[in-house]
Amino acid sequence: MMGRRDGAQIAPSCTRDAPAVARVRAPGLLSTVQDLGRTGYRRFGVIHSGAMDRVAAQVANLLVGNHPAAAVLEMTLTGAALHFEQEALIAVTGLGLATFVDGEPAPCWRPLYVAAGSTVSFHPLPQGCRTYLAVAGGWMVPLWLGSASTDIRAGFGGLAGRPLRAGDALPIGCASERGLRILAALKSKRTRAPFAAPLWRVSWNALPRYEINPVIRVMEGPQANAFTVDSQRAFFTSPFRVTPQSDRMGYRLDGPALSLSRPLEMLSEAVTAGTIQVPPDGRPIVLMADSQTTGGYPQIAQVASVDLPRLAQLRPGQTMRFAPIGVREAQRLWRQQVQWLRCLTAAIQQAF
Amino acid sequence: MNGWQLCPLGDSAVRIQFGDQLDETVHRRLLTIADQLRQHPFEGMEECVPAYTTLTVFYNPVHMDYADVEQRLTEVLQQMSDAPVQPGRTVEIPVCYGGAYGPDIEFVALHHGFTVEEVIAMHTAAAYRVYALGFSPGFPYLGGLPTALATPRRATPRLAVPAGSVGIAGVQTGVYPVETPGGWQIIGRTPLALFRPWEHPPTLLAPGDTVRFRAIPSEAFDAWAEGGRTS
Repeated sequence: MMGRRDGAQIAPSCTRDAPAVARVRAPGLLSTVQDLGRTGYRRFGVIHSGAMDRVAAQVANLLVGNHPAAAVLEMTLTGAALHFEQEALIAVTGLGLATFVDGEPAPCWRPLYVAAGSTVSFHPLPQGCRTYLAVAGGWMVPLWLGSASTDIRAGFGGLAGRPLRAGDALPIGCASERGLRILAALKSKRTRAPFAAPLWRVSWNALPRYEINPVIRVMEGPQANAFTVDSQRAFFTSPFRVTPQSDRMGYRLDGPALSLSRPLEMLSEAVTAGTIQVPPDGRPIVLMADSQTTGGYPQIAQVASVDLPRLAQLRPGQTMRFAPIGVREAQRLWRQQVQWLRCLTAAIQQAF
Repeated sequence: MNGWQLCPLGDSAVRIQFGDQLDETVHRRLLTIADQLRQHPFEGMEECVPAYTTLTVFYNPVHMDYADVEQRLTEVLQQMSDAPVQPGRTVEIPVCYGGAYGPDIEFVALHHGFTVEEVIAMHTAAAYRVYALGFSPGFPYLGGLPTALATPRRATPRLAVPAGSVGIAGVQTGVYPVETPGGWQIIGRTPLALFRPWEHPPTLLAPGDTVRFRAIPSEAFDAWAEGGRTS
């Protein structure tokens, strides 16, 4: 460990003396460092956390030559403003924000070269909720329990266990060789704009079907049959609205109140992202990335993992409907999504 | 062992239920199976989470689909019918009861017609079993609170309960590992860190442990806090 320079342990190609940083000029409503979460610590009561839209986060990383699980910045509804002191390769994915580099509109879902001294900022769009900003080399925050994700409630992980604040310096890791090649290729094509981007972008066809009023596919929850027949029917026939009391921990939904056939005495058991639990008031809660590890409310359904990114992009006021899906089909769709991310990785490797 | 049921918890977890009654013997068995799975994980298994009567096994469906996981777990459960049960550890937790550290202890005493000293004596005399960790990192769901001490939650939850606070809520008792909002009746505080993300394992307690509380004076609390973790 002696004499090793910060940030130098990641890629041998890194020759910087000190880690580059992005200076946070404005933090945005809720901007946190996230990766794909903490796996293996639920039994200690440590939440999984990680990016709410795991597909968007992974795509952002792939576009800048990072490992898909590298740390990204997740911005919610409003964006941060970041000043890059050195040139950088970045990518913006997700939904809800338009990107600007030194005030000029810049495209998303593709790699972006930004010159030294640029400021990247965002303007809110009418739809979408979470935008991801990846930088070649990743955001270099210390790993806690194997993950860079911010656990706001427990106050650890990410940048000092909290959302970004103005004045923060976000350290940037060393780009991979592929990241450096993408950066060099874009830089050579730069004209007078403060940034350079390729003409292509990741195809919408390959991404989750982001919709304003989506149909979310769910499997039966362990206590589904404890609900009245009417409630089970209402769950699948009525729209449910995302209420303002929704966050990374869970979405509280407004719709018909769901009731049990008879009172159910439950002992707490494991819950996870996508678990739809129903507290005594009958209003379902969909647990999301910051779901607690255990819960004691009856679980009516479990969202298919492939639909969690689509849910992640809903904002309060939007509605969804639920449709049943089998476990086998949900797992097939999961593998398809993984396969698609592998194809994207291969395509980028071929291009650069 | 007999009497278990498997059901999927979505597309990436399986819930194994062992009856629906709180039972120490069942819980011991369930922890033994969790240990076994952890030592011999199947391909794609990510983690298993024990609770009171359930063990939930998380896996990555890229490696195995539900039917394969179900078959694999059934084999393990059948083989484990006679496995020896591991005894848990006993962990002593020093607690400074009452005063600024336990602002609700007088309410608890009054509620039952005890003196504060009696509440402390009863709370420290009992042995508590850790059934699960959850709610917040390292928070123990403890069984074994003397029924005479069962006290309803506060009518208005506190916005911030300090880390280390020891509380009672209904028939439950527990310790807050990190500062969170909470409605439990707070009777004391421990200087021990229940959540320690810098260590492995990252928590003081594990499911299956037996907890005993020991009363310490407030001077000892301060010394402990200043001297760091001495045990």
